Amino acid sequence: MDLLYFAWVREAVGVGHETVDPPEAVRDVADLVRWLATRSPGHAAALADPARLRAAIDQRFVPLDAPLGDAREVALFPPVTGG
Amino acid sequence: MIRVSIDPAPIELALELAALEARGAGGVASFTGVVRGDGGVTALELEHYLGMTEDALCTLAEAAMARWSLFGVTILHRVGRMGAGERIVFIGTAAAHRREALDACAYLIDRLKTDAPFWKREWRGDSATWVEPRSSDAEAAERWQA
Repeated sequence: MDLLYFAWVREAVGVGHETVDPPEAVRDVADLVRWLATRSPGHAAALADPARLRAAIDQRFVPLDAPLGDAREVALFPPVTGG
Repeated sequence: MIRVSIDPAPIELALELAALEARGAGGVASFTGVVRGDGGVTALELEHYLGMTEDALCTLAEAAMARWSLFGVTILHRVGRMGAGERIVFIGTAAAHRREALDACAYLIDRLKTDAPFWKREWRGDSATWVEPRSSDAEAAERWQA
């Protein structure tokens, strides 16, 4: 699974992209966030407060309780601020 | 006709408005967002989700075309770094009459704020802070839920 991070999430994690193979128990985006937070202090800092995070699966916005299913690309980022 | 572009290059307002006028509509409405220099902001930096952003903006443009009778929709968003006073976003709509053009334009900028994956960072000299979303932006987007 390809992971993308943007804005301060990217800065805290330390990379904008990584490839991971989460265990089967990781079923939805919130599970993924909790699992990723154990990977490094940077991940832990970026993902500590899920209420500050938004997500997309295969380039579509989804809520954090969305099932991962056959997701190929998951992105985690702060609320958007364009315009 | 839909024109969507995400580009670091400056937005050429006169060209974009002329292209919309050439659609043969009776009215053209537009919104231009400009980098505010208040609070000591010297520059703004725009990050986006390459691949998803263009789809998100096309989806918005198609939704506007479906909701109002429009001759054309243009959505341009700059990315990268830009200084105070520079244009950051342009929305243009062409329609037979003013109400459709104005309503569609307001819809597009309100929805762009919440539905497109862009992130702003404000620079004040050498220090940078990520911009937090405003709750009024979410309320403005909600208003268009039909």
